[in-house]
Order: sequence, then C-alpha cells, then structure tokens
Amino acid sequence: MAFVQDAPKDSFRLSMLIYDTRYRSLTIQVVVLILFMLFLSWLLNNTIQNLAAKDRTFDFGFLLSRAGYDINQRLVDYTNDSTHARAAFIGLLNTLLSAVVGCVLATIIGVVVGVLRLSNNWIISRLMTVYVEMFRNVPVLLWILLAATILSETTPSPRDFRVTPEMEAADEAPKASMLFGIIAVTNRGTDIPEPKFCIGKPREECDADPNEGGLGTIDLGIFKVSLNLLALLLVFGGSIFAARRLKQQADATQDATGVRPVTWWKNLLILVLPSAILLWALGLHFVVPELKGFNFTGGITVLHSFTALTLALALYTAAFIAEIVRAGIMAISRGQSEAASALGLRPARTMRLVILPQALRVIIPPLISQYLNLTKNTSLAIAVSYMDLRGTLGGITLNQTGKELECMLLMMGIYLTISLIISACMNIFNRAVRLKER
Amino acid sequence: MQEQLVFVRNQMLPPEAPPPGQKGITRWMRENLFSGPMNSVLTVLGILAVVWLLMHILPWLMHSVWNANSLNECRQIIQERWGEGATGACWAMVRERWPQYLYGFYPRDLYWRPNLSLLLLFGALAPVLYSSLPRKMLWITALYPATAFWLLWGGSIWAPVVAMLGFVVLWLVFSVLQPRLGVPVSAGIGVVVASLWWLFLQAPATDLLQGILPLSLRPVGSRDFGGFLLSFVIGVTAISASLPMGILLALGRKSDMLLVRTLSVGFIEFIRGVPLITLLFTASLLLQYFLPPGSDFDIILRVIILVTLFAAAYIAEVIRGGLAALPRGQYEAADALGLDYWQAQRLIIMPQALKISIPGIVSSFIGLFKDTTLVAFVGLNDPLKGITTIVRADINWKGIYWEPYIFAGAIFFLICFGMSRYSMWLERKLKTDHR
Repeated sequence: MAFVQDAPKDSFRLSMLIYDTRYRSLTIQVVVLILFMLFLSWLLNNTIQNLAAKDRTFDFGFLLSRAGYDINQRLVDYTNDSTHARAAFIGLLNTLLSAVVGCVLATIIGVVVGVLRLSNNWIISRLMTVYVEMFRNVPVLLWILLAATILSETTPSPRDFRVTPEMEAADEAPKASMLFGIIAVTNRGTDIPEPKFCIGKPREECDADPNEGGLGTIDLGIFKVSLNLLALLLVFGGSIFAARRLKQQADATQDATGVRPVTWWKNLLILVLPSAILLWALGLHFVVPELKGFNFTGGITVLHSFTALTLALALYTAAFIAEIVRAGIMAISRGQSEAASALGLRPARTMRLVILPQALRVIIPPLISQYLNLTKNTSLAIAVSYMDLRGTLGGITLNQTGKELECMLLMMGIYLTISLIISACMNIFNRAVRLKER
Repeated sequence: MQEQLVFVRNQMLPPEAPPPGQKGITRWMRENLFSGPMNSVLTVLGILAVVWLLMHILPWLMHSVWNANSLNECRQIIQERWGEGATGACWAMVRERWPQYLYGFYPRDLYWRPNLSLLLLFGALAPVLYSSLPRKMLWITALYPATAFWLLWGGSIWAPVVAMLGFVVLWLVFSVLQPRLGVPVSAGIGVVVASLWWLFLQAPATDLLQGILPLSLRPVGSRDFGGFLLSFVIGVTAISASLPMGILLALGRKSDMLLVRTLSVGFIEFIRGVPLITLLFTASLLLQYFLPPGSDFDIILRVIILVTLFAAAYIAEVIRGGLAALPRGQYEAADALGLDYWQAQRLIIMPQALKISIPGIVSSFIGLFKDTTLVAFVGLNDPLKGITTIVRADINWKGIYWEPYIFAGAIFFLICFGMSRYSMWLERKLKTDHR
C-alpha cells in the first residue's frame, strides 16, 4: 500500500540559509544590515576624522550666538543683535510665506487654465496649450531670473514718480504713475497700502505709531500675534460655523419637504457682515504709500526678490496643475455627466454635484505633490537673493560660522519636516476620499 | 370624384446646399469661437491678447541684429535702420557667445571631442530608443560611457578601459557563480570582486598599461566644462544611471523583507523631502566630511552622483506606481509558472510595469534635465545662469537681458518638448489594449 510520507525533517544545514526560502530572506536581511551598519560607521568615522583634522567640533551652540546681519524681509521682529536661531526662523517664515502665496496663486491660475484648456473655444484652448507647454518645458530657474530681471530693469525709479512745480505748471505728467493710485512699482520694490487699525484716537496719531494699533498684539515669546487678526479669525470662524448650520438646516428641510430653501443671500450675510462690522469697529484703514524725498514711505514695500520668486514659481507650477486638473476632469467617464443630465440636473449642478467630487479624488494627490514641489523650489530663492531658509541658515549663517555640517543638516531636517507634514496631510486626505469598495 | 389631384413624387430631390451660416469657415467659427455669449467674450479677449502680444514681440523680433560687437553697436544699428526709439533683439550676442553657450570654457581646439561624443551618443541611444535596429548595436551603448568619458576629460585611455574591465570581471564572476548560487548571492559576490578591482587594481593597472603603450588625450579640467555640454553630461549620465537604481529602489520598497523595505522607504522619502539645491550643496560642501580624509574628487562627478540619487528616488516612486497598477493575477501567474523572483520580475512584471510608467519616467527625465541648470549654484557654468552671468559681466554686453534667457530657454524648450512628444509616441506604440 502506497502512502504519502511526510517530508523528512532535515537537520539544519548551513546551505539552507541560501537555498531555503524560509531562511533566505533572513540571511539577506542580516547581510544588508551588516553592510548598512558598516557603511554608517564608515561615514561616521570619516566625519569624525575630518572634523578632527579641521579642528572643528560638532555642536549647535552657535545657533544661540549673535547673528550680526540684517535681513531685508522680516515677518516678525528681528535685528542684527538677534541670534542665528532667530535668523533661521525668519528665513523659515519667508520660505513658508513664499510657498503659501505661491501655492494659492498657482492653484487659482492652474484651475482656470486647466478648465479653459478643455473649453470648446478653439482660440482659448490653443492659447492655454501654448502657456502650459511653454512653462512646463523650460527650467523654472529661467522664469525666476527673467521675472527678477524684468522687475528690476524695466521698472521706473522712485524719482520718476515725482511731480515738480515746473511740471505742474506745464501740465505735464510724470514719467511713471501709481497703479490705481495706490500701488507703486519701482525698481526698489512694490509699495502697497498697509492696513492699520485705530480705536478712539485721531487717525494721524495712529498712523504715526509704527505698531498696527487696534487691539494691539500679545507677545508669545518667539513672536507677537496680532490681536486684530486673531479677533478677525475668530469672528470669521464663527461665521463659517453658522453657515454650516444653515446648510444643515436647508438640507434637513430639503429632505423633509423636497424643496430647498433659498439660502444664498443669508449665507452671504452670515459670512460677510460680522467680519465687516468688526473691521469697522477696529477702525481699519489703509495707509497709501507716498513719495517723500527719494523714496516711498508709508505702506508696505514688497521686495522684488519675493515677487519674482513667488510669481515665477506660481506660473511654473500652475502649468503642471492645469494638466492635473484637465486630466482629472477627463478621467470622469461621459456616462457620469449623461446620467446627471438624465436625472435632470443642470450643467452647473452636474459640475458641482457629480463631476467635481469625483474629479477631486483624482486631482488632489498630484496637486499636493505639486505643492510639495513648489515649497521645495522656493529654495531657488538663492537666484534672486531672497532671504529664505537657505539664504539665512544655509547662507550667511553658514558662511559666518563655518558650521557647514550643522547648518546643512539642520536645513535638510527642516525641509524634510515640512515635506513629511505635507505628505502626511495627503495620506490622511487620500484615506478619507478613497473609494470604499468591498 | 375621380378628379382629385394626387401628387406622388417619384424621384429624389437633389440635395440642397447648406445655408450659408452652416458651412465652411462660418460654421467652424460659429461652433468653435462664437457658440455662446460667454464663448464670444472669451474669443474676443483671446484675440486681443494675441494681438497685444504680437504687437509687442513682432517688431522686436523683426528688428533683430545679427552682426555687431556690443550691445551699444546693436542699438545704434537698430536706431539707424528703423528710426529713433525702435527696439530690437540683439542676437549678435548669441552669435559671438555661441561656442561658450555650447561648451563653456572647453579649449577651442578640442571642440571635436565633445562633438564626437554627441555623435556617438546618438549611435548609443538609437538601439535603445528604436527596437527595430539590430541588437548588435547595443555594444556601442555598452561601450559608450567609457568612450565618452575618455573623449571629454582626456587623459590616458587605459583608465576607462581598466574601469570597463571591472564590469567584465563582474559579469564573469556572476555568470560562473549564478547557476550554483542564484542571482542575488552571485551578483553580490560579483559586485564585491569588481569593487576590489576598482579599488586596488585600477590605478596600478592603468599606470602599467600606460607605461607599455602610452595613449592619451590632452586632459581637460572639470571647471572648463560649461554650457549645454555640462547640462548634457550631467543629464545623460544621471538619467541613465538613475533608471536601474530607481527600479531596484522600487522593488526594495515593495519587498517583503522588513529591513530592505525600511531602508528603501527611508532613502526615497529623505531624498524626495529635501530640495535638490541642498543636495547640490551637500556635493560641494559636505561630501568632503563624509569621505576618507584626503580624498578629493571631481566636482562634476560629485554633482552627478547626487543628481543621480535624487532622480533615482523620483523614478522609484513612478515605477512603484506602475507596479501597483499591475493586477495581482500577473504576479500569481508568474508564481504558477514556477518562475523565481528575478525571472518573474524580468519577464513578466517589469516589462508591463515599465510600460505603464513611461509617461512618469519621461517626465522625471525632463524634470531632471531642467534641474541640471541648478548646478550654477555650486559654481559650475550651466547654460542658463552661469553663462548668462558671464555674458552680462562683459562690458560689451552689459545690460542685455531678454536675449540670453530667450535663447537658452528656447533650446531647453526644444529638448524637453521633444522628449515629451517621444514619450507620447512610445506610449501609443506600446499600447496593446484594444480600446
């Protein structure tokens, strides 16, 4: 009688480490681990030897010493007596400012271009194609350099804005004039009106005060927070909450009766009115830049380096976003919009209720990776000497202290943290909108 | 009663011509330009934008000057020809600086060397890009790196030859051991032996052979490289080296082995999380800390290594997308056929996964090629910033700003646009589904 016998239980042999699939992966991992540890220790050993040879130490103590250099764009208080850590913080804020403004601009331009590229208008879709191809296929560095050069070489100097008595007598216009009477683009920067707040004081008194007035600020130790802004955010957050409740009520009414109440004007009122009243109560007004002597005073001067960097990055990234948006809309099968039409939805509603929610699922992940790219590309600020994280921590601080290793590692760590935070957000979002199947 | 008039048409009417608004250009315009009020407004705005752009650009282009020695001379010629206040492009700068844009400070009498390398590059690329060519031509591809290195940097011919022999050693060891030890182990031993070859035998063997048969070209230093030559050297090397690395990283990330997976994910996320500029600064500032004391190697090589690592991480992610898009059935079918891991990858998984990832891979390549301009920040003369800065520092061309950027941008556009069209063509050609 034939019977099946269990495979003989072999005793462990050394060759099984390689040939037996039960052990092979373990062997490989051990080998990899050993190699990796060897590599790491080799790197560390080299670094220690090199540091010793150059008579340097590895410590971050320099961050607390005096920086001694000025930064031309600061979002929070900084003087050249501040520490290197503070300078790095200013740089980080500048990086983030450029990234956030760039992302917002890029999204707006990108969505508009992406939608227009799908339009059945021949000339518009061709124009948008030209824009997308032109910006995608040329290095972003070129757009940054070009924007910076145009801004600094083709703009008038502040004295071109001056109206002398002779010119007034001859009824002559100055060589340059302000945009809408409030924005002055000069070769030193763009001067825009500055918002100021004023409660219970004459306006001149508030304007003379360098602080922003109103409720004032509270000092958090690292930076000051504007109470005006905080109040505004609170009120606006409340408005949004109220608008949500309104929508829920409308939904409930619709579910119960089948008729959706008209809510748009209520929505508008809820969103706009409280904030407007608050701003009026705080005495919001704008200080328009004025030509005094050789330069504009009052208002905020936006550096051309910031404008050039942000604008160029936004235009460049917008070309990619446009393609993402187009691909996302095209990925929704025609059957969906036909089904919506069959249900009697009008085109605008079809877009809002059927196409967009599905397209967003396709659009958002690559969109966020474009945001990530834009954020990393802000490091090209070096091309226009914008004082971002690389300009402060990886630039002047590095050169002054000679702490190359520490500065570069810290800078990489910060960029890595930003990127990981953004991709963590992306993963959370992806999980939330994933198609729930099976 | 029979008098009733009855009319029955018994022949077809000849077809009427469509009404004038429904044919030809009028119809096309109605459908494509003025189909509604919104569209009409957009059309008018679009036409206005085009006209405005053309009005600004066309005269400037029409007033081009190709022969002059300085920007002032250019402007004078423009004023003379087209009257006071006319503006025009001064392409004379491009004409004068053309060699610098192409080769940087590469010695003038040696221009034939980069030219020959470029020519050979086409020969090396052709069998890879077009599968209809004879497969034997792949030998040109295999020998190309050493040849190009020798042509571009000069020096003794034996250095690249001995380095290539290292690969031969690797292949020999691999093919002898592979039947007995399997792919990973024999490949590992091969790499170790080849590294030993490069570490210990490279220099003495080169010296020995050079002593026996001195064959060398005049050496050219890395700092003399510049312009599009530099972009091509960095771009082509990094692109070709990053693809295999990216494939390995993608496989590592999908691996069942925890340690391999962790290391791959860590590497990919780290590289993707930091800007390329910080990596370039690492190449120029930090590498000296991480390497054994006293070792100091070429800046271009350092940059190439880091750019390759950078590109490999991105390509790994693209290929991972391709791997994820493959249905599980393909993996299971490979297992059912009894293929081992590497056979399954080589014969079943990779051909399909790579095909799916072609658009992503090419766009990574385009991105990489565009990013080669960033080497300007570590002191190399890239065609965009490096050379333009040199041109603008010249007293003759001070103040010129549109022309250099437009010129360099146009060349980048041609190359990148060409690459993206090629990828579309390839995608269509490889498409095997019937939709």
